[in-house]
Amino acid sequence: MKILVCITHVPDTTTKIKFTNGDTQLDANGVQFIAGPYDDYALSRAIELKEQFGASLTVLNVGTAETEPTIRKALALGADDAIRIDAEPTDAYFVAEQIAHICKQNNYDLILMGRESIDFNGGQVHGIVGEMLGVPSLSPIMKLDLEGNVAKMAREIEGGKEYLEAKLPLVLGCQEPIAEWKIPNMRGIMSARTKPLQVITPANPQELTKSVRFELPPAKGACKMIPADQADTLIDLLKNEAKVL
Amino acid sequence: MSVLIFVETAEGKAKSSSLEAVAYGAKVAEMLGTSATALVLGDAQDLEGLGGYGANKVLHVADSRLNAGVIQAYGNVIAQAVEKENAQVLVVAKSALADTVAARVAGKLKAGLASNVVALPDLSNGFVVRRSIYTGKAFANTAVTSDKKILAIKKNIYTVTVTDAKASVESFNANLSDADFGVSITSTEKATGTVSLPEANLVVSGGRGLKGPENWGVIEDLAKALGAATGCSKPVSDLHWRPHHEHVGQTGVKVSPNLYIAVGISGAIQHLAGVNSSKCIVVINSDPEAPFFQAADYGIVGDAFQILPKLIEAAKAKL
Ligand SMILES: Cc1cc2nc3c(=O)[nH]c(=O)nc-3n(C[C@H](O)[C@H](O)[C@H](O)COP(=O)(O)OP(=O)(O)OC[C@H]3O[C@@H](n4cnc5c(N)ncnc54)[C@H](O)[C@@H]3O)c2cc1C
Repeated sequence: MKILVCITHVPDTTTKIKFTNGDTQLDANGVQFIAGPYDDYALSRAIELKEQFGASLTVLNVGTAETEPTIRKALALGADDAIRIDAEPTDAYFVAEQIAHICKQNNYDLILMGRESIDFNGGQVHGIVGEMLGVPSLSPIMKLDLEGNVAKMAREIEGGKEYLEAKLPLVLGCQEPIAEWKIPNMRGIMSARTKPLQVITPANPQELTKSVRFELPPAKGACKMIPADQADTLIDLLKNEAKVL
Repeated sequence: MSVLIFVETAEGKAKSSSLEAVAYGAKVAEMLGTSATALVLGDAQDLEGLGGYGANKVLHVADSRLNAGVIQAYGNVIAQAVEKENAQVLVVAKSALADTVAARVAGKLKAGLASNVVALPDLSNGFVVRRSIYTGKAFANTAVTSDKKILAIKKNIYTVTVTDAKASVESFNANLSDADFGVSITSTEKATGTVSLPEANLVVSGGRGLKGPENWGVIEDLAKALGAATGCSKPVSDLHWRPHHEHVGQTGVKVSPNLYIAVGISGAIQHLAGVNSSKCIVVINSDPEAPFFQAADYGIVGDAFQILPKLIEAAKAKL
């Protein structure tokens, strides 16, 4: 079995977002970058499946050279090798096309990624890749088991979940609780240094969207405090002052 | 040319977020000087009524295999409808289903997809939309440069006015093959009789401060008195006090209701990421230093178990 996990390289969830260069760029000063938390769930489940069934596990990132520590961490967690498509991942269609291009050469059985990146929150790449490969794409997947070449899955829907079955190959956007996040051990970190990381130039680069300017939300006004013994007045305030009831 | 709006249904009725999408799409059509077509899949009621939200026409694919949200089949039908209507813009209301389906359509039609759109497009210089990014911490103004464009709009961003206009209904036979149904849905588990969290205008959410699942009665009673959905923080769903679909935040459901009441939630940045586009936030917490108060409009410092019964009583008396 061949598994591909696609990871993003994004600001840590605690980052205070700021922009620079006339609000056209993220101010990366002091920002800690990580693999997206959803991607981490996908990778964690892929590692478990590799342990259970035996598989080759490749990680892929579309990004510039700065993303290599994030890729090395994925190798330290248990991926066998890595591919970096050397480009700024600015548009979902562009990223999906790069991934699909690699998939067409390698015939992966499972292509896993996070349900969405936490920078642009698009949640599009798995769907576009699925379409480009002509295979099903499903998201958000919260449970994944394999029986032969059939995947048994749970997908979150509004107010619950649906259970699904489909033949491989599949493209899946993952979320918790598909697996527990893993922490690399010393042996993993040492071996990651020598695992193959292939750098490839992008194929057929084209973008369909382009972000021209970023903005921060307006500052929040002060919080109106209500004494605990007058808690019941909150309902009046919500009804007559905030007008939300 | 036209604007096509995909209307998602639940038990045959258009979801409120989709009605908002119809109104939004009708406005975009007006801005572009064209007409708005709503697309409904599977068994559905009151199709003419979508005219009240601005749709000129409703395309209905009455194929009962589409009663369940089969992602590949939906993507295929919507792409065919885009072609049939020669739609320049496709509008969907963001949801777990619509996001995935819109992505398939984007791949099929080579259409630029802007997600989490929070305002009408600016047509003064190309086609630029404002969208929420970094899980609500910022906005991007994004130009969609492809011929065909897809907008996935966030809930509660467009004011809907309803008229009694009726839309004409046309049935549409899309070409579907068995391959479109290659994924089988073996069973579904769904909470019934409660307000759906992503669709809710009002949300009451509880955190670890409630101490245990046995104490959720006050959250449910307040939600019931207000007609609100219930939510929770991540540790609460990790501990299985509440089901995962109630988990709000960075790694859970992102909500944008008119009112979000947070009870016993500290306000970690990852939780705030899921609620920061709420119109009004109320925080109830025993710790006056809880970071959530900085993101709140109204706050009460005190013990949830003393405060909530008073709120439930007041809500029952006054609403
Ligand atoms: C990558 C990543 C992603 C994450 N994603 C999410 C996410 O999506 N959603 C999320 O919620 N968290 C998320 N977290 C976790 C987040 O950092 C916090 O740990 C979590 O939100 C805390 O939950 P809590 O506020 O319920 O619990 P706590 O932080 O333990 O807070 C409990 C609060 O209850 C108050 N309290 C206690 N007793 C009472 C009482 N009797 N009455 C009133 N108040 C009381 C306390 O003062 C405290 O403020 C994520 C973390 C990481 C690292």
